Amino acid sequence: MTLLGRFPALAGVDLDITPGEIVLLKGPNGAGKTTLLRLCAGLCSLSTGQGWVLGHDLNSERRMVRRRVALLGHRTGLYDDLTVTENVAFWARAAGADSTDVYEALERLSLTGRLADTRVGRLSAGQRRRASIASLVVRRPELWLLDEPHAGLDQQSRDTVDTLVRGAATAGATVVLATHELERIAVLEPRVVSVVGGVVRADDPTDSQGPDASSDAEDDRRVS
Amino acid sequence: MFRDAWLIVGKDLRIEMRSRVGLNQIVPFAVTVLVLFAFALDTDQEALRTYAPGLFWVTVLLAALLAIGRSFAVDLADGAADRLLLSGIDPIAVFGGKAVAIAVQLVVLEVLLGAGVVLLFDVTVHRYGLLVCAGLAAAAGVATAGTLYGALVAGLGVRETLLPVLLLPVVAPVLIGATRAFQDAFGVAGAEGWAWLGLLAGFAAIYGVFGALSYGALLEEA
Repeated sequence: MTLLGRFPALAGVDLDITPGEIVLLKGPNGAGKTTLLRLCAGLCSLSTGQGWVLGHDLNSERRMVRRRVALLGHRTGLYDDLTVTENVAFWARAAGADSTDVYEALERLSLTGRLADTRVGRLSAGQRRRASIASLVVRRPELWLLDEPHAGLDQQSRDTVDTLVRGAATAGATVVLATHELERIAVLEPRVVSVVGGVVRADDPTDSQGPDASSDAEDDRRVS
Repeated sequence: MFRDAWLIVGKDLRIEMRSRVGLNQIVPFAVTVLVLFAFALDTDQEALRTYAPGLFWVTVLLAALLAIGRSFAVDLADGAADRLLLSGIDPIAVFGGKAVAIAVQLVVLEVLLGAGVVLLFDVTVHRYGLLVCAGLAAAAGVATAGTLYGALVAGLGVRETLLPVLLLPVVAPVLIGATRAFQDAFGVAGAEGWAWLGLLAGFAAIYGVFGALSYGALLEEA
């Protein structure tokens, strides 16, 4: 269970995700999708229960988890007064990546030319989102956690995100994303997991890989 | 770890140079405070000279609050604080980098304000070595304590008002030590300047070590 203030944001999560899977978290606003993603990133703590991400215990090894995941949240995680290139380069160096990775990421997200040298504070919301994704690409994460990854993006950029998700999964990375754009995501053939009222209710019936979500969630609350 | 610390230093200083908040807001604020002190005591030039060291350091501390608050505000503005946690950078490097960046800004501020004090308050420097060493040690002390307390209040909605309440009493020894050292350097009182410099260096060292050891836990709670 994870608390936000006094209220349990998540309670009764029993979810196993295997490497290379694309998992769609489906649910209404306030259901706990964002909290679940932040929990998987090691940014939230478990109030009760146990969880493992990439083999690391969420109670005691959250720093190990954080190094290996990328979280695209509602905010960009960028600095307004730095240019796109400077922002991506900063996060690349922080992750031990080199300048080749930076330019490759900028290229993939169509952030080249004048745009690359523009301060982030002067970009449109969609361009900022792309820059934010580029700063995650350089990390080469093993687990992608994407919260509304298509928000504010134009058609071309949405296609780029889909390609990126598919490419990450093909390369063996796991992708967990929360979005309301179910039709768009359907082409990626994700395993669909419903989150309602802080509880992972069930895997979608069309899913062929997921575990039986009707298992006793109260006894074994874990995210692995 | 040093590579990561310098990465943070470079990032923070580059942001400050680009935004020019320090130059356009913090420095004018500090100069205004100094001028107001001069207005308040202007009929007594001798009093201005005597109290110049104390007025200088009170001004530096007030301006430091703005610089420290700003250092954390840029990380919190659009979720970069979370990214720092996820980046894998050692919290000790984050602490060291932020403290060094704040100290550099404070030293620049001290130089500008020092020139203002010489011009406005008509003081003469007798011991340049002591002046420089005390200025650096005090900047280090304020920066290390400020980085620690800045992180402590970073996650709170009332951080702008809480930071001065928590930090100013803590840095009172810096105010006292730096004022005494500057009194000696300016030749306005018979204070043992080098002895007070020891206090400043000790304060910076203690908060440097304490901050480095506790910063990880503070970031978790921010």
